[in-house]
Amino acid sequence: MKKSRIRVLVAKPGLDGHDRGAKVIARALRDAGMEVIYTGLRQTPEQIVEAAVQEDVNVIGLSILSGAHMYIFPKIFHLLEERKMTDILIIAGGIIPAEDITELKNMGVKEIFTPGTDTRDIVEFIKANVA
Amino acid sequence: MNLSDEIRHGNSRAVAKLITMVENDFQQAQPVLKELHPFCGQAIVIGITGPPGSGKSTITDRLTKYLRKMNKKVGIIAIDPSSPFSGGAILGDRIRMQDLTTDKGVFIRSVGARGHLGGLSRSTQAVVKILDAMGKDFIFIETVGVGQSEIDVIKVSDVVLLIVMPGMGDDIQVIKAGIMEIGDIFVVNKADRDGSDKLIAEIEMMLHLSEKEEKWNPPILKTVGTENIGIDLLWKNVEKCIDYLRTSGEMFQRRKNRTRKEIYDLFQESWREMFFQLIGEERLEKEVEKVLKQDDDPYHAVKRLSVIFKKNLFKGGE
Amino acid sequence: MDHKEKKRIEEAKIKWESKSLEKVLNKFPERKDKFVTGSNKEVKRLYDPLDLEEFDYLEDSGFPGDYPYTRGVQPTMYRGRLWTMRQYAGFGDAEESNKRYKYLLKNGQTGLSIAFDLPTQIGYDSDHPMSHGEVGKVGVAIDSLKDMEILFEGIPLEKVSTSMTINAPAAVLLAMYIAVAEKQGVPADKLNGTIQNDILKEYIARGTYIFPPLPSIRLITDIFDYCSKELPRWNTISISGYHIREAGATAIQEIAFTLANGIAYVDAAVKKGLDIDKFAPRLSFFFNAHNDLFEEVAKFRAARKLWAKIMKERFAVTNPKSMMLRFHTQTAGCTLTAQQPDNNIIRVALQALAAVLGGTQSLHTNSRDEALSLPSQKAVMIALRTQQVIAHESGVTETVDPMAGSYYVEKMTREIENGVMDYIDQIEQLGGAAKAIEKGFIQREIQNSAYQYQRDVEDKKRIIVGVNKFQIEEETMKDLLKVNPEIEKQQVKKLDDVKNSRKESEVQEKLNLLKNAANSDQNVMPFILDCVKSYATLGEICDQLREVFGEYKESIKI
Repeated sequence: MKKSRIRVLVAKPGLDGHDRGAKVIARALRDAGMEVIYTGLRQTPEQIVEAAVQEDVNVIGLSILSGAHMYIFPKIFHLLEERKMTDILIIAGGIIPAEDITELKNMGVKEIFTPGTDTRDIVEFIKANVA
Repeated sequence: MNLSDEIRHGNSRAVAKLITMVENDFQQAQPVLKELHPFCGQAIVIGITGPPGSGKSTITDRLTKYLRKMNKKVGIIAIDPSSPFSGGAILGDRIRMQDLTTDKGVFIRSVGARGHLGGLSRSTQAVVKILDAMGKDFIFIETVGVGQSEIDVIKVSDVVLLIVMPGMGDDIQVIKAGIMEIGDIFVVNKADRDGSDKLIAEIEMMLHLSEKEEKWNPPILKTVGTENIGIDLLWKNVEKCIDYLRTSGEMFQRRKNRTRKEIYDLFQESWREMFFQLIGEERLEKEVEKVLKQDDDPYHAVKRLSVIFKKNLFKGGE
Repeated sequence: MDHKEKKRIEEAKIKWESKSLEKVLNKFPERKDKFVTGSNKEVKRLYDPLDLEEFDYLEDSGFPGDYPYTRGVQPTMYRGRLWTMRQYAGFGDAEESNKRYKYLLKNGQTGLSIAFDLPTQIGYDSDHPMSHGEVGKVGVAIDSLKDMEILFEGIPLEKVSTSMTINAPAAVLLAMYIAVAEKQGVPADKLNGTIQNDILKEYIARGTYIFPPLPSIRLITDIFDYCSKELPRWNTISISGYHIREAGATAIQEIAFTLANGIAYVDAAVKKGLDIDKFAPRLSFFFNAHNDLFEEVAKFRAARKLWAKIMKERFAVTNPKSMMLRFHTQTAGCTLTAQQPDNNIIRVALQALAAVLGGTQSLHTNSRDEALSLPSQKAVMIALRTQQVIAHESGVTETVDPMAGSYYVEKMTREIENGVMDYIDQIEQLGGAAKAIEKGFIQREIQNSAYQYQRDVEDKKRIIVGVNKFQIEEETMKDLLKVNPEIEKQQVKKLDDVKNSRKESEVQEKLNLLKNAANSDQNVMPFILDCVKSYATLGEICDQLREVFGEYKESIKI
C-alpha cells in the first residue's frame, strides 16, 4: 500500500513575469494527484535549488519566456551538481527556440514543453520518468 | 555518516529525504526516527492557525526573520489542503516566505494535508522530531486548521497562535469549532483595516464565555504582517507564554499529552496497517460483498475478521 | 419596436422555426451541442429584431463623437484620420533599436512604440545580479540618459508620437524622454506620446512591479499632475486590459478589470486633489484583439459606453474629453502558435480587422514568428503591411462603426456591458480594485478562465489549427531574430563609461534631493528629471525609491 506522491517544484526563474502557463500546469499536475510547490516569480538559481532540496521534489519544472534560459539554466545545473541532486527530473517550458533545445538537453533538461503542449502529455511524461 | 548523523549535523538534503520517507513509507523511517529520538525535545513548537487569507504565512515569515536576528534556528512546516478529488495539492506557502529560502538557518517544508498514508498527525509529529534533531530552536507548524486532522496537528504545538483578520464575516464561526479552546495568543492581523476593534471585542467575548481553567489569559494582539508592525510585541507575548507554560508545569503537561498522543497515533497507525496486512484485500472484499447483499451485517463481519486477525497475528509473532 | 411589429415578427419566427429550420435540423443536426464565443459565452443560432426590442438608438448607441461614444470617440473616425500604426519594437541596445525604429518609420509606421528589456522595466541596471542573461532580450536596455539619447538619435521628437511600455519606473523613462527632447530643442509641451504607467495590472498579470501599491499609485498621480501642467499632449497612462486577457481572462473580464483599475486611478487622483477634467482627458487605454471577431467588436463598443457612463455618473466630469475612452490595441499574442507559424499571419489579420471595426485609435499587429522569438525584420514588415492592407484595400474604413445595427453585435454589446458591470459591482463590494487584487479575487477569476480554456483546448472543444487539429510534421523555422549575446557585456561597459564621465557629486546631490522629495508629499517628477540629467542611472534612481517605498512581495496563491 505504499504510494509515493510525486512532488514537483514549478519555478519561474529570472525576471519574466508571465505565469499563466506555470499556473495552468500547476493545476493540471495537482489534478493528476501530484503535490506542486509553486515558487512564484523572480527566482534566483540559488532559491530554486534550495527549495528543491528542502522539499525533496522529484521534478523541477522551469518556466521561462524572457530568453534568459541559456544563462540561467547552466547556473541551476551547476548548483544541482554541487548539492549532488543528480536524480531529479528537470523539465522546462516557455519560449525556448528549437536551436537551444539540443544544448539544454545536453545540459540535463530531460524535455522541453513548448507552446501548444497538452498538459496531459506533461503529466504522462513525469509519471513515466520519475523513478 | 549515516542518515541520522547527517540530520543532526544539519544536512538539509538528509532532513528532506527522511521527511519524504516519513510521508511515504513510515516503517522504513522508523529506525532513523528511533535514533533521532534522544536528541529531540529542545525545540519549542509553535502552531500558527486561522482562516485562509488571514496572513499566517506572512506572520510566520516575520516571526522567523525576527528570530533569525537573534541567531535562532527555525524550522517551518507549512500545511496546505489537498484536493479531495485527486489527492494532489498546490503548496504555495513558500511564496510568502521567499527571502527565507536561502537563509541557511531556516528549513521550510510544504506538506499537503492528504499526502500521507497514516494520517497527518503522525507525519507531522515525526517531522517536528526531525527538525528538532536537526538543531532547530523553534519550529512553526502552519495550517488552516479546518477539519479534525488539522486541529489535531495544531495540538502538537507547545504554543498556539490563532491568526484572524477583520472582515471575515461568518468565518468567525470557523474559529469556534475547536480552535478557540487551544489558542494561547490571538492575533488580529491586517489590523489597519476597518473592524479590527470590533473583532477584538468579539474575541474577548468568546474567551469570556468559554471556560478555561488555566491562569493564562490569552492576549489579543494587533499586527500588520505585511508592514512588520506588531511583530516584536507578538514575540514578547510568545516568550511570556513559554515562560508561563514552563513555570506552571503546563508545558510538561502539554508535552505529556503530546507524547501520549504520539504513542497512540503510532499505535493506531501500526494496527491499521496490520489490519490490511493480516486480513488481506480479498478477504475484506468478500465480507464487504456479503454485507452489501444483505447476507450479513457489518457486526458479524467484524467478528469473523477479528478471528482471522488474531489467528494471523499470533502466527506472525511480532 | 411597436407591439404590432413585434407580434408579426414573433409569429413569422415561430413559423420559420417549425418549418424551414425543423426540416433542416432533422436531416442535418448542427455541428455542436453548444456554440460559444471565444470567451465561452453562448451564441444563439440567429439574432433578429426581437433581440433589440429594448434597444434605443440614441440612448444605447448615439452618434460617434457624442456621449456615450458607443460608436466611436470622433464623428469622422477613420474618414478623418486612420489609426496610428504603431509597432511595439525594441531589443538589444539603443543603437540596434534605433535602426529598427527608423526602418519602421521609413516603411509607413506612424508612431513609435518602445519595448524595454526586463531589467529596465524592473528598475535594475544592466550590471545588477538580477539582470544577468536578461539584458536586451525582450526589449532595449536603457541604463541612463545616454542610452535614451542614442535610442532617439535622428528621430525628431516634435514630429513623432512615442509610446513607451514602462510601468514601475515610468517616471524615470518619461523624464529621460523629456531630457532628450530638450537636447533636440523640443519643448516638453510639444511632446506627443504615452507611457503605460499602469501598475495595478502588473500585480494582476504582468509581474514587472517594483514598489508596493500605495507608493506606486502616488508615483502615477504625480505623473498625472506633472503632465497636466508641463506635457498637455502626453497620455499619462495606458490603462491596460491586453495583459489581463493574455493571462487568460475572458472578454468581459478584460474590460471589467481594466475599467475597475481605471476607476481606482481616477479615485486616487481625485483624492489627491487633482482636477479631474484636467487629467482625465489624457487617460488612455490598451486592449487586446482576440480571435472572435464579433465578440471583440462588441467588447470595444461596450468599453467605450461604460467608461463614458462611469466618468459622467460616478465622477461627474464636465469636459466631454474626460469621458472619451481612447485606446491602443494589440493583436492577441497568446493566440500565436509555434506550429505552422504562417497561420499566425491570418490570425493577426482577422484580429486587426476586429480592432479596426471596433474603432481603435492605435494598433500593433504581431508578427508570425512571435511564438518563437522577437520578430525578425521580414516578419514585422508583413505585420505592418497587414494594417496597411486593411486601411487602404478592405473598405471597412470608409464609413464609421459599420457593425452598428447588426442584431448580433448590438445584442452582444449589451450583454458584455451587463457582464462588466456585474464584475465592477463585485469589485466595488470588495473595496475597489486595489483591495480586490490584495484579496486575490481578480487573479483567481483570471486563473479559472485560463484553466477552463486549457481544458477546452485539450478536450478539443476549442480547435486551434495546427495545434490540436490539422497538425503536420513541423520544420524548424529559420531566420529567427537572435539577440546579440555580447550586448550585456557591451552594455555594462557603456554603463561604466557613463559613470566615469559624469560629475559624481552632482549625481549624489540630486539623488538625495529625490529621496527627500519621495519621503515628503512633493511631486517627484522634477527631482527625477534632475537626477536623469545628471546621468544618474535608472538603477540608482530606483534604488533611492526602493529605500523610501520598499519592495512589493508577491503573495497570492493559485
